[in-house]
Amino acid sequence: MSVNLAALLYLVSGILFILALRGLSSPETARRGNVFGMAGMAVAIVTTLLAVNLDGLSLVLIVAGVAIGGGIGAVIARRVPMTAMPQLVAAFHSLVGMAAVLVAAAALYAPEAFHIADGLGNLKHLSLFELSMGTAIGAITFSGSVIAFAKLNGNMSGAPIILPVRHLINIGIGLFIAVMIAFLMASGGDAKLAFWLITIAAFVLGVTLIIPIGGADMPVVVSMLNSYSGWAAAALGFTLENTALLVTGALVGSSGAILSYIMCKGMNRSFISVILGGFGESGDAAAEAGPQGNAKQGSADDAAFVMKNAGKVIIVPGYGMAVAQAQHALKEMADMLKEEGVDVSYAIHPVAGRMPGHMNVLLAEAQVPYDEVFELEDINSSFSNADVAFVIGANDVTNPAAEDDPSSPIYGMPVLQVWKAKTVFFVKRSLGSGYAGVENPLFFRDNTMMLLGDAKKMVESIVKVLD
Amino acid sequence: MEAVDPVIFRLAIFVLAVFVGYYVVWSVTPALHTPLMAVTNAISSVIIVGALLAATATAGSEIAGEAASGGAGFSRGLGFIAIILASVNIFGGFLVTRRMLAMYKKKER
Repeated sequence: MSVNLAALLYLVSGILFILALRGLSSPETARRGNVFGMAGMAVAIVTTLLAVNLDGLSLVLIVAGVAIGGGIGAVIARRVPMTAMPQLVAAFHSLVGMAAVLVAAAALYAPEAFHIADGLGNLKHLSLFELSMGTAIGAITFSGSVIAFAKLNGNMSGAPIILPVRHLINIGIGLFIAVMIAFLMASGGDAKLAFWLITIAAFVLGVTLIIPIGGADMPVVVSMLNSYSGWAAAALGFTLENTALLVTGALVGSSGAILSYIMCKGMNRSFISVILGGFGESGDAAAEAGPQGNAKQGSADDAAFVMKNAGKVIIVPGYGMAVAQAQHALKEMADMLKEEGVDVSYAIHPVAGRMPGHMNVLLAEAQVPYDEVFELEDINSSFSNADVAFVIGANDVTNPAAEDDPSSPIYGMPVLQVWKAKTVFFVKRSLGSGYAGVENPLFFRDNTMMLLGDAKKMVESIVKVLD
Repeated sequence: MEAVDPVIFRLAIFVLAVFVGYYVVWSVTPALHTPLMAVTNAISSVIIVGALLAATATAGSEIAGEAASGGAGFSRGLGFIAIILASVNIFGGFLVTRRMLAMYKKKER
């Protein structure tokens, strides 16, 4: 295949990837978009295979590699529970990061195969810079994602781990990487040790960057690592002079960056403060200082009676609902209310799950139609004419202190104004504070009724009463 | 006038693609942000093209000699592992995205 034809096909592949993301603008076009994505990948792989010299051994390596990896991937994709999507995505990011490191190393050791060597088998300075960046970002993505996976999966505590002088450590490692990149470039690619030192230092940096970031900020971290995996791919796209990689890297890089921004905005945190870490350290103190009062307790019978006679019910699900696996019972409850003629809709806060859009997937899995599910800015004005706000497994995202108490740690965060509904039912295991460790004054309001207990059992008993 | 370095063209493609990504991603509905992450994950595994090049490395030019042939073997090993990792992601990413997207249903009327 001519080099020019291959380059054009890589461009086609890049465009198919753009169309794949474009399809996600609505659920109707999303499935077709995913097919475009698969087609783009097939074009890129076939083009590469036609352009290289395949011999027996390499063919075996390729077929075996794709079979092993593809088999593992297909099994994981079928089995993973939807609640575990954040961990899965973190794990997948780590693989992209590691693949970037390996490809960068291969390019350094066998530059001819990548068409980046001059006649003497030496590498250009620019290529060395690109592949150093590829390995450094790839290594940070790898180890950072492994930490994020461990925190999300519960293998590691979500509490921030604060090293003394951690900022100095990070800056020191960053400078070391920069010096080693310069050294590798000056050596014309002979200083292989420098390459490995860059890689190892970046692995360490990935760990030291992510361990101080608390569990509550993981949605931002996962999005950020998504972005990094894109930039690593883009850096290698420059090395390989490959348009498909360049375009994909740019798409993924900006996608992750935008998602990080949306998550930060949803929590009213600046990106910098998330990266610097340490959030959630002083949570307990804030909880103790919070207002105390009498919370009104209700039963499943009360909730069933009020909701059956309501005109409009808005359900506010949070991650606690998913943990209790209450989404299917919740769907059943909503269906019964709809039969009674009640208008039921769902309100989702941007950070309701553990990753962007997580709650929407969990509700979709419970067969909640997506046109009954609304984002914060679209539904917030509707609470004032709702009879019931049914909060289940959410807490901080409904906290009125975010709007009226400047001393609250979450002051300024956009929240769902559930208190404007005539009655608020709050399903919760206890009267304790939320994930961010902040007391919620909503519990003690006159129009709030607490339904204390396990989310799933509570909803199931409401369903029984409604039946 | 001297010719423009091809690197500049690649930089141009990259910068323009960042802008395309910016506008395309802002148009993604928030309800589909999780599938967006899964599918970006899958497509970033197009890095497999690098892994394929690594796995097909050969001893190279005469001039480079023995050092390069050792490099080719090492490169093939790295390429093989990278192909496995990228394939996990390609298959896992696209299939899990498909599984999620299949769950999004409209209201029955």
